[in-house]
Amino acid sequence: MTLAELESVGAASDALAGQGYLADRQLAMAVHLAVVLGQPLLLEGEAGVGKTEVARALSVAIGAKLIRLQCHEGIDLHHAVYDWDYARQLLALRAAEGGVDEGQLFARRFLLRRPLLEALESDPSQPVVLLIDEIDRADDEFEAFLLEFLSDFAVTIPELGTITARRRPIVLLTSNRTRELHDALKRRCLYHWIDYPTPERERAIVHARLPEVPEAVALRVVEAVSRLRDQGDLYKLPGVGETIVWAQALLALGDEATLDETLGVALKVHEDVLRVRERGVLDGV
Amino acid sequence: MSEPLAPLAEGMVGRLGDLTSVLRAQGTRVGVGELLTAVRCLDRVDCTVRDEVRLALRTVLCSQHVDLERFDLAFRAVFGDGQVPGAEPSLSDLGVIEKAVLPSLAMPDPARPAAPDDAEMLPAAWSDVELLLEKDFARYTEAEMVLARDLIARLARRHPTRLSRRTRPSRRRGHIPDLRQTVHASLRTAGEPLHRRWRSPTQRPRQLVLVCDVSGSMAPYARMLLQYMHACVAARRRVEAFAFGTRLTRITQELAGRDHDRALDRAAAVVTDFSGGTRIGAAIAELNRVHGRRVGRGSVVVILSDGWDRGEPEQLDVEMARLRRAAYRVVWLNPLAAHPDYQPLARGMQAAVPHTDRLLPGNSLASLEQLAAILEEI
Repeated sequence: MTLAELESVGAASDALAGQGYLADRQLAMAVHLAVVLGQPLLLEGEAGVGKTEVARALSVAIGAKLIRLQCHEGIDLHHAVYDWDYARQLLALRAAEGGVDEGQLFARRFLLRRPLLEALESDPSQPVVLLIDEIDRADDEFEAFLLEFLSDFAVTIPELGTITARRRPIVLLTSNRTRELHDALKRRCLYHWIDYPTPERERAIVHARLPEVPEAVALRVVEAVSRLRDQGDLYKLPGVGETIVWAQALLALGDEATLDETLGVALKVHEDVLRVRERGVLDGV
Repeated sequence: MSEPLAPLAEGMVGRLGDLTSVLRAQGTRVGVGELLTAVRCLDRVDCTVRDEVRLALRTVLCSQHVDLERFDLAFRAVFGDGQVPGAEPSLSDLGVIEKAVLPSLAMPDPARPAAPDDAEMLPAAWSDVELLLEKDFARYTEAEMVLARDLIARLARRHPTRLSRRTRPSRRRGHIPDLRQTVHASLRTAGEPLHRRWRSPTQRPRQLVLVCDVSGSMAPYARMLLQYMHACVAARRRVEAFAFGTRLTRITQELAGRDHDRALDRAAAVVTDFSGGTRIGAAIAELNRVHGRRVGRGSVVVILSDGWDRGEPEQLDVEMARLRRAAYRVVWLNPLAAHPDYQPLARGMQAAVPHTDRLLPGNSLASLEQLAAILEEI
């Protein structure tokens, strides 16, 4: 499937499903609009509902190159856009015995391209999906820079000038909501909240991702996970990622494995495990 | 994005306008930019299918989780089955008690001098503030509350910091070499890196989480403590504010904004359990679960409560232990602790004290000053 064929909501949904990502209608609509309008799409949701996975599935589906920028505390221009290769610059200076002028020193061959610059400069014949992951981990200054980047798709490198995108990338941002993003950034983006899937959809997801899992195991795991999610007082609820690993674990262990033994796949907080065991939440699954 | 807008049916644009005005009335921020995007996206979806239009507009016009529910309401009102939501939002049927607790306006006593607002203070005004420092919040008059505002705003600007992973050029020889500047400097010395340059980490504000008890027993103090919380939220970023009685309410967004009285009014409108009972354990449990990500690692949590708890002490014990493991420091401000003979005998306090790093009185400006000093040093 190519980008041009992503012309309807149904097509977007089919494209993602082709890569084992079963999107609900709302998500398919959001992706469809992000592609046809060329606006960035901000995905929020609990951990493990498959925010990052959307970008991977979309890029494979339309044959695009996936470029990922993982945000972290203290990320700045030199991590995200470009840096100069100082070690090589110093070596070049030494080798030339001082016979180098600044123009040669700040030439392309000393430029290190980081994800955002790479997205701008990539081959225009192939679409690019740019994933800006966990944007909430970056600080406000970086958010302000992104604001500019996402409206112009251009960056200025003082020594080289302004570099503009040869072809606009499809941009997906994800946030875990550890903090509210700035309104201005949100207003540049389309928005979608990814919820936990319904049990039916989750079962379909398990089958799509792990075709070798028998229906009985899928049913069991999905039932167990939905019971855990119904407990109002767990610190950390299992995501879709955990469901898939759980199904994998049960498959690998064979018939004698119990859900209780493998509870550590789904719950990662000691108190949660104790609480679930005490109440017998998983009894009879 | 300069492609011309497709001609859209005249009526549709009008109804989009209606939709945005309903959304705005409910507090969702919708600008002209979003409206234009909405028109463009209607061009790309099948406008004859109601649900298609709804999903498309929802994606474009909402920008946060709370907007989604508002949108569905607004959409039904404008496009829907003729069901118009009640003109009054459900907030109006909250009682009058919470409104009575907070002053909407404090009139300064004409007999007293107005609050000093410039650097050159008269000796008389000085002593007024001085006297206020030790005075118990419960005995404040309305005029004194106004007088204390400046000082509270100043205290709120003192905040905890932490080292950032961002760096800045530094004069002193540090442990992070600044290669960029070293290369630049070496150009002066014919490519010989004679002058090495260094960078050092910067300081960032540490996340501060303020949790205020607004139950009946705290009523005399809640007004002033909420004032302090508002000042903190207004003064800088990375502050989260919560209020609780029997349940926890996030009031960060309500407290934002410079206008003091309106901020407190907005907060009073969303907190439904003013001057009611207290279930601290349940409130902390909700903080840990629903807002766990906002509290996050490395934050300083300040709990403002007298510890009179009608919930289960076991729950409070477990939840405070969890909170302390997740947060960087937990500070408890208890107005009762100001009394020299105070012993943490209330059941809630007994359960909570082992899990707090500091227990401070929280009954006067002097104690808030003490808090500010501690926040700066941790």
